Amino acid sequence: MLAFILRRLAQSVAVLLSVAIIAFAMFRFVGDPVNQIVSLDTPAEQVEQVRKDLGLDKPVYIQFVRYIGNALQGDFGQSYQFRQPVTKLLAERAPATLELALMSALFSLLVGIPMGVYTALYRDGFGARLFQAVSLIGVSLPTFLIGILLIYLFSVHLGWLPSFGRGQVVKITENWTTGLLTISGIKALILPAITLGLFQMTLIMRLVRAEMLEVMRTDYIKFARARGLKTRAINFGHALKNTLVPVITIAGLQLGSIIAFAIITETVFQWPGMGVLFLKAVQNVDIPIMAAYLMMIAALFVLINLFVDLLYAAVDPRLRATIRES
Amino acid sequence: MTETTAQRKETSMLARAFDSDIWHSFKSSPITMLAAFIVLVMTLAALFAPWIAPMNPFDPAQVYLMNANIPPRWLNGGDPQFLLGTDDQGRDLYSAILYGLRVSIFIGLIGVAIACTLGVTLGLVAGYIGGRVDSLIMRIADVQLTFPAILIALLIDGIVRGLLKSAAREDIAFGVLVVSIGLAFWVQYARTVRGSTLVEKGRDYIQAARLVGLPAPLIMIRHVLPNVIGPVLVILTINVGLAIITEATLSFLGVGLPPTQPSLGTLISIGNRYLFSGDWWIVTFPGITLALFVLSINLLGDWLRDALNPKLQ
Amino acid sequence: MRFRSGLLAACAAAALALSVGVTSAKTLRYANQGDLKSLDPYTLNETTANAHLGNVYEGLTKRGKDLSIQPGLAERWEVLEPTKWRFYLRKGVKFANGEDFTADDVIFSADRVRATGSNFTTRVPKDAKFVKVDDHTVDVILTSPNPILNSQWDTWYIMSKKWAEANNSTAPTPASAQTPSFSSLNANGTGPFKIESHQPGVKTVFKPNAGWWGKPEHNLTEVIFTPINSDATRVAALLSGEVDIIEPVPIQDIQRVNSSPNAQVLTGPELRTIFLGMDQTRDELLESSVKGKNPFKDKRVREAFYKAIDIETIKSRVMRGLSTPSALMIAPELFVFSKDFKRPAYDPDGAKKLLAEAGYPNGFEVGMDCPNDRYVNDGQICQAIVGMLARAGIKVNLNAQPKAQYFAKVLKSGGYKTSFYLLGWTPGTFDSHNVLYDVMGCRADGSNRGETNLGNYCNPKLDALTDQVLVEADTNKRNDLIKQAFQLGFDDYGYIPLHQQALAWGVAKNVKVAQRADNSVLLYWITKD
Repeated sequence: MLAFILRRLAQSVAVLLSVAIIAFAMFRFVGDPVNQIVSLDTPAEQVEQVRKDLGLDKPVYIQFVRYIGNALQGDFGQSYQFRQPVTKLLAERAPATLELALMSALFSLLVGIPMGVYTALYRDGFGARLFQAVSLIGVSLPTFLIGILLIYLFSVHLGWLPSFGRGQVVKITENWTTGLLTISGIKALILPAITLGLFQMTLIMRLVRAEMLEVMRTDYIKFARARGLKTRAINFGHALKNTLVPVITIAGLQLGSIIAFAIITETVFQWPGMGVLFLKAVQNVDIPIMAAYLMMIAALFVLINLFVDLLYAAVDPRLRATIRES
Repeated sequence: MTETTAQRKETSMLARAFDSDIWHSFKSSPITMLAAFIVLVMTLAALFAPWIAPMNPFDPAQVYLMNANIPPRWLNGGDPQFLLGTDDQGRDLYSAILYGLRVSIFIGLIGVAIACTLGVTLGLVAGYIGGRVDSLIMRIADVQLTFPAILIALLIDGIVRGLLKSAAREDIAFGVLVVSIGLAFWVQYARTVRGSTLVEKGRDYIQAARLVGLPAPLIMIRHVLPNVIGPVLVILTINVGLAIITEATLSFLGVGLPPTQPSLGTLISIGNRYLFSGDWWIVTFPGITLALFVLSINLLGDWLRDALNPKLQ
Repeated sequence: MRFRSGLLAACAAAALALSVGVTSAKTLRYANQGDLKSLDPYTLNETTANAHLGNVYEGLTKRGKDLSIQPGLAERWEVLEPTKWRFYLRKGVKFANGEDFTADDVIFSADRVRATGSNFTTRVPKDAKFVKVDDHTVDVILTSPNPILNSQWDTWYIMSKKWAEANNSTAPTPASAQTPSFSSLNANGTGPFKIESHQPGVKTVFKPNAGWWGKPEHNLTEVIFTPINSDATRVAALLSGEVDIIEPVPIQDIQRVNSSPNAQVLTGPELRTIFLGMDQTRDELLESSVKGKNPFKDKRVREAFYKAIDIETIKSRVMRGLSTPSALMIAPELFVFSKDFKRPAYDPDGAKKLLAEAGYPNGFEVGMDCPNDRYVNDGQICQAIVGMLARAGIKVNLNAQPKAQYFAKVLKSGGYKTSFYLLGWTPGTFDSHNVLYDVMGCRADGSNRGETNLGNYCNPKLDALTDQVLVEADTNKRNDLIKQAFQLGFDDYGYIPLHQQALAWGVAKNVKVAQRADNSVLLYWITKD
């Protein structure tokens, strides 16, 4: 097991490097950062001076090597837009995004799994069919539209919930702020969390249902039934447990989706997290922020995938051997 | 138990599709039939859009700005010429929806087909062969996952814009989008299929097939694939919708398809701007069309999934 | 019982305190589309940033509500000789940190604003010398006469020398700073407000500066600024009463805001001119079906394009009435003789005829570059133009993209890679010379002239007039020269001016603001009931 983890960590470094290479190869197509720094009437000499100061006149591979060199020393550069260290900006924004992602994941699991179980157990019932159809709305409309519709209904029309921002936040440490301790903070979290979680909720519900249906038909469950176990014990103790492998895989993978769509959700709700920071960075060709964000996401994925693989082993004993093998 | 299962694996998927059981399950589910009907009608309407639509919304010479933001025909201020009203450029919304649906279906289906083929193949190989191949594929997947669909499309779009002259750009914009979506979505299939393959691989019937000496690709396709395809179909049907929505999101961000050739998603993001101003029809009709289509595809997917799954028969 | 009455009294007192607190504390919540990225006043020359910092910092001059130049930190000034100006500084002015404002600060700021990394180097002539006469008098010695020397000094903000030195901020925060800059996170100005807290891109809190030298025209006790990038969300925040002012209001939402009980939209003409440019320099267009020659070199083609565009329909449909169709490359507010110029009438048949005369009876194909997130409804304007030109036989391949990619392609640094484009321009000096020089002047190596003339429209006679405009001190003569220059550009169809867009601020009904045509939201003119 230890060897497995070590090997995976070594591979992780390769993953991070590849992400950085690809990112750097692509950045020059996103736009010219210098144009975003100077204004339209800045004389050309100054424009070139800025380009030189930023090292952008050098070939891409030199920029890349320099970046990696600095990154290894923990220096991810300065944002072109804000003239602040990128690490600091990301650290400041991280709590907002994490809080949002956590809440929406909770929402999607807490609503998605029971709904999945319900629709599987009563698959031909009216309620189950209704749930299934309604839940599809979450995947049928773009996030930005759902967000705006929620804002229109709950903020403008009913006036119940705020339309933007995090509400009042409480400072826990230098960089860590939370909105979970104030009423306005929690209220501000509701709409974005639902908007972001709706898609995952549908996916999880449908996956749980699909897997449940399959497991329910297996001989293993039939055996359990034959042994006279209580329905509830069978449904939850045996059936649900066995559906969890693909659900864990997908839920883990969905973190990518959560992040990708957090960019949109954060933009719609002006949620001061990393997603907004990243999108603004793309729009303003703020390469240091883009690079650091992608590296961070890559690191996150590597870790999550490692955990998912380890979890597999914990949940499904048949997999343990395979993992040991590899 | 092992024998009967193994036996069932031998029947080809194609043969099973025409099995009377399946037809029966189709006929006995009115919702599925309705969904199939909707998908069929919409696909046909999209396919024959140039013949059905009153105007060609992709031809700027036919679009008159004077006609912009006209409400649907039955409302005050409506124009008999425009059944569902017009958008902000004066395009007939009904025609635009038909043409847009065509674009969106194309993007959804082909994009997902690319993603699914790529992902399932790599997932099968990774899971079945294991070892270094597995590690390599899965690490590539990790790299891929770092770049969310939106970002990939943003970047590929940027590259293509940078490399191509604008005359060619409109024509290949679809291609760019389709490839971006294919690239962005394959990992999900690969990881899911790999996970299930790992489980299936240990089962007796696979071991048996191996012992018999069947070649690996054959085992993968004929024995492993049908048993891991369940979750794939669920993701697949959802992804068709997701692909179309991703395109809408891109156009919300100002990239993606050329605005002169709006897809359903583009229309929605245009309409999104007019939500507060009272011109609700621009977002509503394309939105309903998209939701109906995605919903029906998903319902069909559910049915297909149950019908094709050997374990559920 | 006693306990209860005691509680009641406490509640009443608390309620009273609360209501008193509410009435006396005037917190203004303001949301803008753009972020406030840096507090260093020399970092980014952009209207929104300049307006924000104009609440905190001040220049030697200020501009009034009508944009007229008024005394700022300089009480008055005089032109001793054509090349020597004297500025008399205001006495008794203190920076927010309590230091006195003196001539040293002006000289320091003049150096800093021209240093590498400043985005405002054009504010002060490169070779102008600043000489301290005494603590409150400064002479500016020029190498050549410059009648509009101080025209942009309202946004050349004066910084404290001591403060900058103490905080390692003597150099302007360059875009390429390798260390976090103090002055981009902290501000120390002489203005009516100071910055209480600033989290870039998230939230900035302003508080009135009690020690300000002037008499406040506002009644605010706190201002909370939040950027809200998404149009719909910004409007929703205003409609739901979560913010008091938003800028801008998307023009299609104006009616909705005006019909709401708690907010309204203030509109006015803006100074930015939106126009179309054409590549008139390459021998063959980069993106066109015409090979071996450049159709835009033919004046008839340019005229045809001009006449094929129905600007009034763009105004009524795309701009919802909120634009001023323009015949000139400058806003009427900025040039007195603007009304003497009239746009040639919309004439689609004439356009076809002109194209046929020029040898394109069946039109031709051309690529068009257009930003879609820079100007008011820019993407829609371009789409509308594509349709209008299509009916004249021109097939336009529209490439509408976000400003980052757009500017990377069309500007000088990108090699002017465009055949036909849409751009907007506000002369930073509020003066015609800037337009004639930067946008309408011939490009030449080793000169800054025409750097934003992306299609290189070139008429040497216009350039000669532009040079005379620069040194002519007599206002009437100068205006006459400007008029002659604009007439040349007009007759050449060198550009196709479209319109000046409108500005639209959403304001809660209990808030009063002064709306300036340069779209600066200035807190010191805002009152809240």
